[in-house]
Amino acid sequence: MRLLPELALVCLESTLVSEANLLAIKSLSVSFGGLKALSNVDLHLNKNEVVGLIGPNGAGKTTLFNALSGLADVESGELEINGKQHAWPKPYELVDLGISRTLQGVGLFPELTVLENVMIGANKSARSGLISSALGISGRDETKLRQKALSALERVYASGIANQRADSLAYPVTKRVAIARALVSEPKILLLDEPAGGLGAQDIEWMNTLIHNLATQCSVILVEHHMDVVMSVCDRLYVLNFGQVISSGEVEEVRRDPAVIAAYLGVNN
Amino acid sequence: MLEFFTAVLTSLSTGAIYALMSTALVLVWRSTRVINFAQAGQAVLSTYIGYEVTTRSGSYWIGFIGAVLSGAIIGAGIDRFFMRPIFKRVKSGPIVMIAPVVATLGLLGIIQAIVGFVWGLNYLTIAAPVSTEGLKVFGSVIAFSPFNLMVLISVTLSMILLTILFQKTNLGLALRASAYSPEIAKLSGIKVEAIRTIGWALAGAAGGLAGMLYVPGSYLYPNSMEVLLVFGFIAAVIGGLDSLFGAVAGAMILGFAINFSTTYISYKLVFPTAFVILILVLLIKPGGVFSSKKGRKD
Repeated sequence: MRLLPELALVCLESTLVSEANLLAIKSLSVSFGGLKALSNVDLHLNKNEVVGLIGPNGAGKTTLFNALSGLADVESGELEINGKQHAWPKPYELVDLGISRTLQGVGLFPELTVLENVMIGANKSARSGLISSALGISGRDETKLRQKALSALERVYASGIANQRADSLAYPVTKRVAIARALVSEPKILLLDEPAGGLGAQDIEWMNTLIHNLATQCSVILVEHHMDVVMSVCDRLYVLNFGQVISSGEVEEVRRDPAVIAAYLGVNN
Repeated sequence: MLEFFTAVLTSLSTGAIYALMSTALVLVWRSTRVINFAQAGQAVLSTYIGYEVTTRSGSYWIGFIGAVLSGAIIGAGIDRFFMRPIFKRVKSGPIVMIAPVVATLGLLGIIQAIVGFVWGLNYLTIAAPVSTEGLKVFGSVIAFSPFNLMVLISVTLSMILLTILFQKTNLGLALRASAYSPEIAKLSGIKVEAIRTIGWALAGAAGGLAGMLYVPGSYLYPNSMEVLLVFGFIAAVIGGLDSLFGAVAGAMILGFAINFSTTYISYKLVFPTAFVILILVLLIKPGGVFSSKKGRKD
């Protein structure tokens, strides 16, 4: 069936909007003292896409996450979110920008319960004033936060441990809680830093499924060393080496790139 | 028996005032990892403001509110305009750990000098709003007055409010998260620096409260809160420095030890008792006797 020209134009515009970069990083450079940690890195992320960021240790993967989350000072580079240019955010501005991240070292608050750990991720959405909060009369807000946190825990199949202290959890479970905390603010962009690191085969399989499911609700940038996870869940890959992007593209395309094989994947991979 | 009963009551009352000071120190320690020696200066300045308001208004209670509010404002101001710039400027090297502590010591001296300049070095008094005469029990007068009872009730109410704030509110959760791990708290959207300032304000308010409850049974002069600082610090160390519950429990242990040793052995044992307990805790359980275990549940 032939589309009317006007309708075709509307469809084309709609496609362009839906495929506009949710996030675009242009010429990002970060230095620590005299050491160039990232050099002119370009990266973009589309809606509901899982993009893998791989490379050897020290390649700059976590530094890129840190730059994007305001934990590392950006030397130069531009950031666009939804096609609009943004200043590089401060850490506490991430949630407002619809970005959430997990940390390589899990980073739960050991003395807080699982529920409290996840509620912290939704703290920004608390609307209670200082006085009502200080007087402990922000009950409605508290209930809302609690519900959001429980719902995020359900998404990672961890609602049953809501009342346990974080320091009593097994390592694979802490990973789930860390992801629940990142999800509770309902991010559009989720930065996952080695979510499968330290997990056994069964938990890695579970993590694969979770990331697949997450991609239906948000876009994901994944830093991961487990190549089977990366190959299984990612739509596209960026390969970093010594702070520079040495290859990017579809997974299969990157996998066959001789530069990547030499720098990272090795001949047997 | 009456002597024992009196010693218990006075222990609770003095322990309560130590608890305010130790809580103030723990609040700042948890959020910035600094032992705030200026706390004695903040407390004395806010108590002088309370004294001034009491004198002008003729009401202890208006002065009481003035001291607590000014304590909060002074605490917030010190963090915002004094400590925060220091933390921003001093980022590396061996000075990182020591600079903020030295800064608070310097600030203590500055505040005491300002207070002495404005109000003089005379011993001042603030009249208690209720009787300071000992209560009559079974025909005997004991060393526990209605004012001591007021101290106990005021501190208990403050501690309940503080517990609700920390355990049951979003602000409390943000305060705890910022203390445990500022980086993760920031990534979760918490403005950690603003939250720290709130912690300093709470500590300042506790100092003002301590001053207004301490002075009617003593005197007000520029150095009058130094004793409270020493005992508050020892109580905080007994409690483990990180725990608000520990700060209160440590203060009570100290209050009981000092009162019982001075009642039953010698009135000269105030400081030796406090320091013997401090040394014993450091030798046997250097991490402190208590730690916070409670959390929010589903």
